[in-house]
Amino acid sequence: MTSLDKPGASTGPRTGRPRRRRVGTGGRPGAPLPLLLPGVLALAFLLLPLLSLLVRAPWRGLPGRLAGAEVWQALQLSLVSATAATAVSLVLGVPLAWLLARTEFPGRGLVRALVTLPLVLPPVVGGVALLLALGRNGVIGRWLDAWFGITLPFTTAGVVIAEAFVAMPFLVISVEGTLRAADPRYEEAATTLGASRFTAFRRVTLPLIAPGIAAGAVLAWARALGEFGATITFAGNFPGRTQTMPLAVYLALQNDPETAISLSLVLLTVSIAVLAGLRDRWMTTS
Amino acid sequence: MTTPHPKAADGTEPSRDPAAPTDPAQDAATTTDGTARAQDTAAAADGTPVPQGPPGPDGETRTAGAGGNPESIEGRPPATDPHQPSGLDARLVVDRGTFRLDVTLKADPGDVLALLGPNGAGKTTALRALAGLTPLTEGHLHLDGTPLAHTPPESRPVGVVFQDYLLFPHLSALDNVAFGPRCQGVRKAEARAQAAAWLERMGLTAHAGAKPRGLSGGQAQRVALARALATRPRLLLLDEPLAALDARTRLEVRAQLRRHLAEFEAVSVLVTHDPLDAMVLADRLVVVEHGRVVQEGTPADIARHPRTDYIARLVGLNLYRGQAAGHTVRLDTGPAITTTEELSGPAFVAFPPSAVTLFRDRPSGASARNLWRCEVAGLETYGDQIRADLTGELPLAADLTTVAAAELDLHPGAPVWATVKATQTHAYPA
Repeated sequence: MTSLDKPGASTGPRTGRPRRRRVGTGGRPGAPLPLLLPGVLALAFLLLPLLSLLVRAPWRGLPGRLAGAEVWQALQLSLVSATAATAVSLVLGVPLAWLLARTEFPGRGLVRALVTLPLVLPPVVGGVALLLALGRNGVIGRWLDAWFGITLPFTTAGVVIAEAFVAMPFLVISVEGTLRAADPRYEEAATTLGASRFTAFRRVTLPLIAPGIAAGAVLAWARALGEFGATITFAGNFPGRTQTMPLAVYLALQNDPETAISLSLVLLTVSIAVLAGLRDRWMTTS
Repeated sequence: MTTPHPKAADGTEPSRDPAAPTDPAQDAATTTDGTARAQDTAAAADGTPVPQGPPGPDGETRTAGAGGNPESIEGRPPATDPHQPSGLDARLVVDRGTFRLDVTLKADPGDVLALLGPNGAGKTTALRALAGLTPLTEGHLHLDGTPLAHTPPESRPVGVVFQDYLLFPHLSALDNVAFGPRCQGVRKAEARAQAAAWLERMGLTAHAGAKPRGLSGGQAQRVALARALATRPRLLLLDEPLAALDARTRLEVRAQLRRHLAEFEAVSVLVTHDPLDAMVLADRLVVVEHGRVVQEGTPADIARHPRTDYIARLVGLNLYRGQAAGHTVRLDTGPAITTTEELSGPAFVAFPPSAVTLFRDRPSGASARNLWRCEVAGLETYGDQIRADLTGELPLAADLTTVAAAELDLHPGAPVWATVKATQTHAYPA
């Protein structure tokens, strides 16, 4: 229903809140069948699996299954590492987005393509690549180990790195898009008032693109929360240290499917809570 | 401290620039404008009287008169040393492949200069070059004797009012105005106090807390002006300052802007395609077409002696160019116009559309001089007047009343005879 209501909602003035959802016959009058049918099908395809999760959930034993210390450990680790990965992405990704959007340098197109590579790269491959770079015998990891005694693989820091590797491109792409849409003349106006380029960025551009940054951060956070392939490859699966929720779900599915369903429900709840919490912030303005 | 004297740039036209400092020691006496502005600001905010007179050995007082205190801006003589070249002296050359801008601008402190020209003439490029937002290909830019051609925009003592104002949408009117002083290192409370004084001057105290989207067009324009002036610039640039306003606000804002520009004691340069704005606001017009200055002078001069079709149309004159011999100017296209002036050689002839009389049939009584057979190409209504656009022997514009137009049964394609009395024409050497 929501997707069908979109055209109607988008014509109205931006009120900051979504229009009341239309209840009733499904779709605006006159929606052509070749669009209506696949559209409704797509909606069903997206929602039915989630509904099934609710239908088959072992509601009765749920509290007992979730009371285990391992579950809370995994959830806590997931939330902390996803948040840390988002923070890393913000600190490094926003400047990168600015460079891509506002400066000219040779090979910028190539750099941009390379930034988006982790988006399409199978996460497991990303994990292997990280291992080769930062592993104990890796290209950089060797020196980290020899000089500072830092080992990243199979640690919580490794989880954060794996998640940031996968999630940062989402943030960079989102922020770069917002920057390109933002009027660069505001930065010019700031420089004519005596602001250096960095001051102009900090005091003018950053506040202007805040909604885009928030949207990118949420995307990155959600991506980090669900990260599986790179994490298990680079950081392993040690309960309490590197076992995040997705890893716990996957392992539970092998021998205790009902627990896997319960854990999935928890992740679903967290995701919905995030969406609901940020809905007014950025979903309606995008 | 000063920008290195751009040899190549300045060497191009040394004769045009006799007053520019060539002595490095003299150059060094002028501090970078950023420092000077910041200290000036601090002094003014303390309530200490800003020192006047010739610059001290540290050179910091040189720009003390710039902008001044919002309250004391009026009536204060510009604090410029008589020996120090003051005002604007620039030759701006920007090469963009297919388009080349090459204009020379000079103005004394207190002057309001208007760059007038059709769209795409390069006016805005010239403005951006003055602000440092577009780099010069060659040329020079001196402001009060300080070379600025290679100074980045944030270090130039230049304030800009952009066409659509570009007020920062996330900041209140007050914080928009305080932005400049803040960037110059003024403490937050002081910057806001200065901003409040500027807003008061603009009559906007009631809107200090409003976000730009809550301001009317006229208010936003005044906030933008206050924001530009709050940096105490030595050069104020305005890009189409009235273009974003509707017709009614425009009238009122134009009058206010005129007052504020008159009070501003440094150089103002405004860009406009509207001749009325230019003539009301500016002391001197610089007409730019195709990247070049085609005419320069006081509004009255230019209105009386237009030198291109564009200007003639702007000021509502029919303009022709030809060879004069005695009282006759023979146009390059064939017909001749009889005038009262006696000239020889290349000349312009101009007459207003209201001087043209139209007849449906060849007037028998009238003398044959200045009589042309034309055809109506189009008709436009201006208030109770109709302007007829005529083609034929002599393309011209004629104004007549709606009654007269009805009596003549004018319509596109209608043949007419047009006459102009010699006493209504004005010829001058080209």
